[in-house]
Amino acid sequence: MAERIQRKSNSSVESSEVATESLSSDSDTGQRLRAELDDLLDEIDEVLETNAEEFVRAYVQKGGE
Amino acid sequence: MTKRRIFGLETEYGITFTHRGQRRLTPDEVSRYLFRNVVTWGRSSNVFLENGARLYLDVGSHPEYATPECDSIYDVVAHDRAGEAILDRLAFAAEERLQQEGVKGTVYLLKNNTDSAGNSYGCHENYLTRRSDDGSRHASVLIPFLVTRQIFTGAGRLVPSARGTQFTISQRAEHIWESISSATTRSRPIINTRDEPHADAELYRRLHVIVGDSNMSEYSTFLKIGSTACMLRMLEDPKWDLRDLTLENPIRAIREISHDTTCRRRVSLQSGREMSALDIQREYLSSALRYAEERGFPEEEQRALLMWEHCVSTIENDPMKLERLVDWVTKLSLIDAYKTKNALSMNDAKLQLIDLQYHDIRRDRGLFYRLARHEQVESVVAETDILNAMSVPPQTTRARLRGAFISAAKAKKRDYTVDWVHLKLNDQAQRTVLCKDPFKSRDERVERLIESL
Repeated sequence: MAERIQRKSNSSVESSEVATESLSSDSDTGQRLRAELDDLLDEIDEVLETNAEEFVRAYVQKGGE
Repeated sequence: MTKRRIFGLETEYGITFTHRGQRRLTPDEVSRYLFRNVVTWGRSSNVFLENGARLYLDVGSHPEYATPECDSIYDVVAHDRAGEAILDRLAFAAEERLQQEGVKGTVYLLKNNTDSAGNSYGCHENYLTRRSDDGSRHASVLIPFLVTRQIFTGAGRLVPSARGTQFTISQRAEHIWESISSATTRSRPIINTRDEPHADAELYRRLHVIVGDSNMSEYSTFLKIGSTACMLRMLEDPKWDLRDLTLENPIRAIREISHDTTCRRRVSLQSGREMSALDIQREYLSSALRYAEERGFPEEEQRALLMWEHCVSTIENDPMKLERLVDWVTKLSLIDAYKTKNALSMNDAKLQLIDLQYHDIRRDRGLFYRLARHEQVESVVAETDILNAMSVPPQTTRARLRGAFISAAKAKKRDYTVDWVHLKLNDQAQRTVLCKDPFKSRDERVERLIESL
């Protein structure tokens, strides 16, 4: 199983590196990703807490570790 | 070159429970709900799981997840993610129970390192080293590396102040007060010297790095551990020289670097020279690249080296180009885009909310995961491996023995006690197996113990 994971790790990391490199050269992909970002910015208010100031102010923890 | 190393990550989470923006329960109260299922399962709020990991309620009511011993960087990243998923399930169950009791609201678990009042909680890295190596020399050579690596491992933070809100690279920088010490809560150091190897103490030490930010980005986590592993390998080679880049004041430097998103501000070295975080990382990276050519790194460290090179080269050109890979850049890009779209000022509370919700581990709600869904960030581990890691321990370390023992004892409804090195059956004979070698994943004594159940 370790071997299986190892192999997955190779392909997965490499593909992400390849993906980053090809992004700038591929303008179609670049455009699609910019459209995706616009979609995200349109929907982000759905998940943001409604009362920002109160949520931020009340986010108080104790010190850890 | 086959020399293996054990890695582990301990992550403390922030927790809050709100309804329409109002906090309804204290972190203590929510955490108790969160751990109710854990206590039912393990009769304690401090348990080891079937995947070999440790889950517990830490100092200050922080849920904490410590990955099992991993001998691969990929596995640590997968197990760190698995920890998120396990905690998220608990949060979901807690929410349902609260709802049943008539308490409406939402549980948020945030994988970050600081709250709005200036409290901090950590993400600790563990690297197994040899007792025979000079640990104190290693620690002092590592300090300048650890102070400057935030340029590709920082999780980013908006810091409000009287002069206006500023974006800093690191969450932890402001909370670190010493270079090396045995303290953790009182005065947080970069490296903690607590000598608990959880292994044969005559052979091993555990390097405990507590300066790092918790990362949402798998790429950042992989690179954080991988580049540190490359540094350790060079340090452990007696024939390899690393240049002395001792900082004049590491604690001042870590803050100055955090406050500079260009990564080019110079800090003072003990030698009187001045170098930027980027210069210092370039220097270590060059040494590592030479090392790769002359001696060679194991496969995963070699991969981390390429990521390291990619980040340093990109930062030399334009740090913002790392927006798909490095947390602080991803977060800053999102904040900038949202601010521009909605014509907000940098001081707007919505932006601070984005800073917090970026770290929300709920998959369909957290902003990092929303970015992932919209293909704005790269992943490193496969989803199936994360799912697998939620119940299956690494198969090539001691974690395999612990996981197998716990699973078997649970199945037979036997009472047991385990920690990192002990497996104990609480019967009349009180049989205990001591597992001192974290690299050993097969052990006849453990097999016999399991067979006897």
